[in-house]
Amino acid sequence: MTEMPRKPLPEPSGESRPYWEGLAAGRLMLQRCAACGRIRHYPRPLCDACHSFETGWVAASGEASVQSWTVAHHPYHPAFRGELPYTLVTADLPEGVRLVAQLRDAGPEALRLGAPLRIGIEENGEGQALPVLRLAGG
Amino acid sequence: MSLSGQAAVTGIGETDYRRDAGGRSVLRLQLEASLAAIADAGLAPREIDGIVLPMGTGGTVAEDFVTNLGIPDLRLSTTTPLGGAGAVAAVQCAVAAVAAGLCRHVLLPLGRTGRTGSRIGARIHQMPQFRTVGEFEAPVGALAPAQYYAPMARRHMELYGTTSRQLAEIAVTTRRHAILNGNASMTGPMTIEDHQASRLIADPLRLLDCSLESDGAAAVVVSAAEIARDAPRPRVLVTGVAEGHPDSPSAITQRPDLTRLGLAKAAPRAFAMAGVTPADIQVAEIYDCFTYIVLCQIEDLGFCAKGEGGAFVEGGALGLGGRLPVNTHGGLLSQSHMAGMNHVVELVRQLRGEAGAAQVEGASLGLVTGYGDLGDGTVAIMARG
Ligand SMILES: [Zn+2]
Repeated sequence: MTEMPRKPLPEPSGESRPYWEGLAAGRLMLQRCAACGRIRHYPRPLCDACHSFETGWVAASGEASVQSWTVAHHPYHPAFRGELPYTLVTADLPEGVRLVAQLRDAGPEALRLGAPLRIGIEENGEGQALPVLRLAGG
Repeated sequence: MSLSGQAAVTGIGETDYRRDAGGRSVLRLQLEASLAAIADAGLAPREIDGIVLPMGTGGTVAEDFVTNLGIPDLRLSTTTPLGGAGAVAAVQCAVAAVAAGLCRHVLLPLGRTGRTGSRIGARIHQMPQFRTVGEFEAPVGALAPAQYYAPMARRHMELYGTTSRQLAEIAVTTRRHAILNGNASMTGPMTIEDHQASRLIADPLRLLDCSLESDGAAAVVVSAAEIARDAPRPRVLVTGVAEGHPDSPSAITQRPDLTRLGLAKAAPRAFAMAGVTPADIQVAEIYDCFTYIVLCQIEDLGFCAKGEGGAFVEGGALGLGGRLPVNTHGGLLSQSHMAGMNHVVELVRQLRGEAGAAQVEGASLGLVTGYGDLGDGTVAIMARG
C-alpha cells in the first residue's frame, strides 16, 4: 500500500450541515434557537432550554479564551503522524459554548487559563475546512 | 424500597491475565470466567436466571450464554453500555432485578481481546457514545480517550497545582499491588522516575498514566441476599449503589466544570443508601483507565475536597497500610483492562478476606467505582455480612 491514509472527515447530519458549510465558506457558525435565542454547540436537533426544534444560525464573533489544552504526542491515527506533536486547545467562546481546535503560531508553554484567543479557519490539506486558534494580541 | 442489603455478590471468576488469549474468542474467555464465578457461588449453570452484559460492544449476547451454559429459563437479559462504568452499572441492574423478585441469580460476564484485537483509537469510533466527538473533534485530531481526558487533567493542574509526580504516585502504588496479586499482566517494579521518564501520550498524560490493552474475562454472580446465606463463601452484601451522568455527557469539551465527573452525582446517593461516609471505607477499587481519573474520582467520592486529590495521593496513601488502600489488585493500569469487572471481583475478594498478600487487614466495608466513555460514573458500596 503506497496510498496515504486519509484524515477522519465529518459526516454531516441534517443538523450539522450548516456548521460544516459555514466553515467551508470561511465562517464559524453556531446554532441559535429560533424560539428562545439560546446558542448551542455541538449542533443537535432540539433546544434543551425550551425544547423548540426551530433553529437559526449566527456567525461566531471570532473571540475565544483558553479553558484547557493537551499536546498530542502519540500517533492514534496515521494521517496525523506527520503533524505530531500538536496542541489541541479547548476554548471558551463569549457566545457561551466551546470548541476544540489546533493551536497555531505558538507552543503550549505560551498558554494560560483564560488567555485570549482568536478563531481562524484553515483547510486541512485534504479539502476540509476546520477551525484553528491563535493567541490574540501576541 | 431501598436496594441496600437486598443482594449479595456470591460468585467471582477470572481468566489468567498474564498472557494473551492465544486465539481464544471473547465468548470463550467470558464463558471461562462465568463458569468459575458460578462454581464459586456454589451454583450449577442452570440456576442462572438473569444476565446483564456490562458493555454494549463486546460482541456477545445473552443468547450465547443460554446456549453454552444450558440455561433453561432466563428471565432477564439486558445490557449496561456505559463503557467502563458498565460493570458497576450491571451490579446496580442485577441488584434491582433480584430485589424486585425478577431473578434469583444474575450472571455479569465481561471479557475482551483488547490486546490481540482492535485498538482503542479505532474501537471507540464504532461506539454511538462517541458519535458527537467523532464528528466534531476527530477531524481536528482529537481521536482517542487519552486526548479527550487530558484537558480535564490539564485544567486540574492549572487550577489546583496538581503535578505529574502526584499522578505517578497512583501508577507506582498500583504496580506494587499488581506484583502482589500474582495474576497480573505487569510484573516489574515501577518508580516515580520510571513514570516521569515514560513518553508523553497526550500531555500531561504519559505512557505510565495509561491503562493496559488486555485479553481476558472476569465475571460475577449477584444473588438475592436471603438465598446468599446458603452460598459457600462469606456473604458480601451490596449496601449502596448508584449511577451518575455528567453534564454534557456526549462531549467533555462542552462540560461546564471539566473537573467534575458523573460520579460526583452518584456518590452521595450511594453513601446515603449504605448509611456510611467516605471515612468508613476501608478499601476502594477505583476505575483507573488513567491515573488522573483515579485522582478526580477520589475527590468526587468525597474522600477529599475538589482540588486536594494531588496532596491526598502523595506519600503512598493509596498503598496497603495507607490512609485509603486503592486498587489492591493492580487495576487497569497494571493488572488487566477488564473494564472494571476485575475491580468488582477484587472488592469481593477483599471483603471475604481472600486477597492474599494484598489483603487489607480486617476489611469489611469497601467500594468499587466505574468510569465510562465521556464521564459516566457508577459506584457500589459493599460490606461483609
Ligand atoms: Zn430554545
